[in-house]
Amino acid sequence: MTTDTQTPAAIDSPIGPPLWLLAEVTYACPLHCVFCFNPVDYAHSGPELSTADWIRVLGEARAAGSVQCGFSGGEPLVRDDLEILVAEAHRLGFYTNLLTSGIGFTPERAKALKDAGLDHVQLSFQDSTRELNDFLSHTKTFALKRKAADLIQANGWPMVLNCVVHRLNIDYIDKIIELAVELGAEYLELANSQYYSWAQINRDGLMPSREQLERAERITQEYREKLGDKLRIFFVVPDYYETRPKKCMNGWGNIFLTITPDGSALPCHTAKMIKHLDFPSVKTMDIKSIWYDSHAFNHYRGDAWMKEPCKTCPEKAKDLGGCRCQALMLTGDAANADPVCDKSEHHQVVIDAVALAQIPDAQRVQTKPLVFRDPINSRKLSPAPADTTPA
Amino acid sequence: MSDESARLQTTPRVAPMFRLQWEEVQQSWVLLYPEGMVKLNGSAGEIMQRIDGKKTVAQLIEELETAFDATGLQADVLAFLDIAIAQGWVKP
Repeated sequence: MTTDTQTPAAIDSPIGPPLWLLAEVTYACPLHCVFCFNPVDYAHSGPELSTADWIRVLGEARAAGSVQCGFSGGEPLVRDDLEILVAEAHRLGFYTNLLTSGIGFTPERAKALKDAGLDHVQLSFQDSTRELNDFLSHTKTFALKRKAADLIQANGWPMVLNCVVHRLNIDYIDKIIELAVELGAEYLELANSQYYSWAQINRDGLMPSREQLERAERITQEYREKLGDKLRIFFVVPDYYETRPKKCMNGWGNIFLTITPDGSALPCHTAKMIKHLDFPSVKTMDIKSIWYDSHAFNHYRGDAWMKEPCKTCPEKAKDLGGCRCQALMLTGDAANADPVCDKSEHHQVVIDAVALAQIPDAQRVQTKPLVFRDPINSRKLSPAPADTTPA
Repeated sequence: MSDESARLQTTPRVAPMFRLQWEEVQQSWVLLYPEGMVKLNGSAGEIMQRIDGKKTVAQLIEELETAFDATGLQADVLAFLDIAIAQGWVKP
């Protein structure tokens, strides 16, 4: 230990390793979810990293101390080299997680992934707004999930289901929980959509009312009591209903590292919206330098960047001022307090959004149709930057 | 046979949901599970790394006492096992 050379600040907040590596291997996806967290301008993303690039990135991240590796997307099964990447991650000692909708999860691929050393599959319910009826009537969607769930069980993986809940499906929370029980899930995450990217565009249509939330929480609690250890249920409320912000990503550049399909390194999967930061690419910088030395990863690390009211706030270590992306989206400055906090001078925008959520759709003066995540909408909403050739 | 002496003859194992491994960068033993990690402190790591589903609790204690040239570790080991079982890391 060289404590004699450390400044007090360094002792308070030593930079730990990037324990969590999220490998977003592709933005390609057969679904068009209105709450997708992929960037709205994803259609302008550069070419995907090659197999060799990913293998190098996995090695560098592991050497820097990453232990959890999530293969995500888009739909990661779209990449036909996924088995190769999982095998390499496993060989390096990662705990490997696949985050999938189950589309493309065939018995052959499930076996190949098991052989490659895949540790865990998180199965998510797909676009349940467009397919709400189908979803509730247990037809096509159920058949797909049943198949995926059977493969998860047959291969001995723990069964973790994830369902994004929102204004349009939250009233059917009992049916969702029963579906999870029927599929043999051990864990169920009922996560309200968070309002970023596509979900931010669709926020007014997705945010549940307080009454809907309270009912859903009550029903969830009843099921917890009834089911006991058989199914563990996590319920996440939208942070707009709180008065203190979440400690987003457990801190900027603290444990979490996302690599996007084209090789950008980000402290969270939506951070690229912060345009004044030049996020490094794994094509030109190694993971250790990115994590410890890059301007982008150091910029909002710790609390030196804070302005008031965060700077002198007695709770600043608890939430680190909340989410930088949310501060940017709702106040125009990523260095402001997350306006979920009622100490923020911009908190009114959150109050207004929550107030709108209490108004039934039929009584709203204006309702915006939901915007589905697809390449056409992506190009429409985000014209190509002048310096890139449109794909 | 008392409860405690019966317990000493059990052969605990790491629960299937968890994977124990040494992390060089963190200089510690960790338990990995779906999307999560438990970082073990020094003594927890020393106990966990010896749990293999074959050794009895009595053998674990003996091995630890030999390794650390110590005596009277039984209470500490049993207390840790209580926590590890309650947390679901270890099956008795």
